[in-house]
Amino acid sequence: MKLHTISLNNLRRRKAKMAFLTIGLMVGIATIVTLITLTRSMSSDIERKMDEFGANILVTPQSNGLAMNYGGISLGGVTFDQREIRETDLAKITTITNHKNISAISPKVLGGITINSHDVLLVGVNFASELKMKQWWKVFGNEPKGEHDLLLGTDAAKVLNVAPGDRLTIRGETFTVAGVLDQTGSQDDALVFASFKKAQKLLGKEGKITLAEVAALCSGCPIGDMVTQIAEKLPDAKVSAIQQVVEGRLKALDQFKRFSYAMAGVVVFIGSLIVFVTMMGSVNERTTEIGVFRAIGFRKSHIMRIILLEAALVSLLAGFLGYAVGMGGAKLALPFMAEAKNAKLLWDSWVAGGSISLALVLGLAASLYPALHASKMDPTEALRAL
Amino acid sequence: MALIEIENLTKHYTSGGETVAALAGVNITADAGEFITIMGQSGSGKSTLLSVLGGMNHPTSGEVAMAGIKLYDLPGEKLADFRASHLGFVFQSFHLIPYLTALENVMLPLAIVKMATPAKRTAARTALERVGLGKKLDRLPNQLSGGEQERVAIARAIVNNPHILLADEPTGNLDSRTSDEVMALFRELNDSGQTVIMVTHNPDNGRYADRTIHLRDGKVVDA
Repeated sequence: MKLHTISLNNLRRRKAKMAFLTIGLMVGIATIVTLITLTRSMSSDIERKMDEFGANILVTPQSNGLAMNYGGISLGGVTFDQREIRETDLAKITTITNHKNISAISPKVLGGITINSHDVLLVGVNFASELKMKQWWKVFGNEPKGEHDLLLGTDAAKVLNVAPGDRLTIRGETFTVAGVLDQTGSQDDALVFASFKKAQKLLGKEGKITLAEVAALCSGCPIGDMVTQIAEKLPDAKVSAIQQVVEGRLKALDQFKRFSYAMAGVVVFIGSLIVFVTMMGSVNERTTEIGVFRAIGFRKSHIMRIILLEAALVSLLAGFLGYAVGMGGAKLALPFMAEAKNAKLLWDSWVAGGSISLALVLGLAASLYPALHASKMDPTEALRAL
Repeated sequence: MALIEIENLTKHYTSGGETVAALAGVNITADAGEFITIMGQSGSGKSTLLSVLGGMNHPTSGEVAMAGIKLYDLPGEKLADFRASHLGFVFQSFHLIPYLTALENVMLPLAIVKMATPAKRTAARTALERVGLGKKLDRLPNQLSGGEQERVAIARAIVNNPHILLADEPTGNLDSRTSDEVMALFRELNDSGQTVIMVTHNPDNGRYADRTIHLRDGKVVDA
């Protein structure tokens, strides 16, 4: 017979009450685990996309114009007097101090061109990386693969009166309209996309680029420093970080995080309250029993140990169950919350350890007053027979 | 030197602005091995006297000494330690722990003692055998009769070999035949050297004791 025998036997005797207490705390822990895991998984998913697909630095020629623009390039009607960046200058970007943070450099060449008597803006891109970056593009027809394949924006296709599979002649060369984009609501709707090398040739800009999009491979990497370093290598270029999209997404996620933590805090508080009320009830029900313990020589500290041990055992169970239920909830909810269906659920031992520890701390904290109350019971009052 | 020395003991209670003297200048001595019954009407102060003797009720004034130790000079939790090592209690309503078996109830005072669990089991088994319940170790209290529960309570009180056994109306809830059996058990324990101080309102129980102290209105009327 030890003090823990008394605690264990009491828990066995009061199964329903202890189950209620466990569930109350478990719900709080599960809520926290679900919300933390969801927000971290969603953040990780967005950061992964930013690393893989997102250009977050834009390199453009220095310009004073403010006419039609693509990524900050001023066009001034069908002609523009921008200086282009030399294609060979792009190699200098890979020599910056933080070159290891660069995952992709995607050059583009732009120029006005006449097709079937219509003036259009021709954009030369690397189709493979462009399609990878612009996940929101929906292509009717086929994705362009060859040098003579074109991809048209929906408005450009209407103006030129072409559909996927049709042919267009540009400066004596025949091209195939491989696909037409679904309406994006952006400048892309009015553009004609061709392969980068072919566009350079058509526009007479071999060896030159109009702008470059640079993807930095990291979350939280020194974008500001990288912008400065690239600007030093390309003094004739304007280098800027594409803050808006990134910050917009992160801001939304940040708001969700704060709301989640506030909700989790409320639920945890309620769980702790359930523990407190249940333990106080349990102590008051055991007045006579505690009186017997004190009468036969149990110290106040012995009484406290009995009560707190019961709370600790229940809290540990609630922590384990809460973590399991929380991760299950996150797994179910993530496909609906994340942008991609294949977003990965993050399993983190720190979250596991943290949630179990939190349950233990909360359970003990909520039981401290009931334990103190029990230890201070007057044995003669408690027993009433003496 | 007497085992128990009570000198000029007074205990006042205040209730609704009124002060009531539960004990008023009580003087009692008891030697080791004595069996003493304390009798009196309801409200005479006998239960208060027992609770003061048991180290659970600080007197308003006076001295209580047991085995040469002034009980209420002991600091803080030392009084609890004294109860654990020197005293055994038998309560009127048995007060067995309902979710512990007879053996576990008897082992309860040993839960705070540094002793190997097998030794605790042996001590508890011996105490239960001594009170005639050697074959009912695994029964829960609600599976025992009133007399058997009282015996378990007595076994719990003697398992740690206390100097003094304090009993508060141990036959209060029992029929006359069972009462006689329980009183015979107390007599048996006393014959083997146990000091017993018993509060009772039943005059028949006095014949088992060496002497009886009568209380009236908080005072000893004869000793």
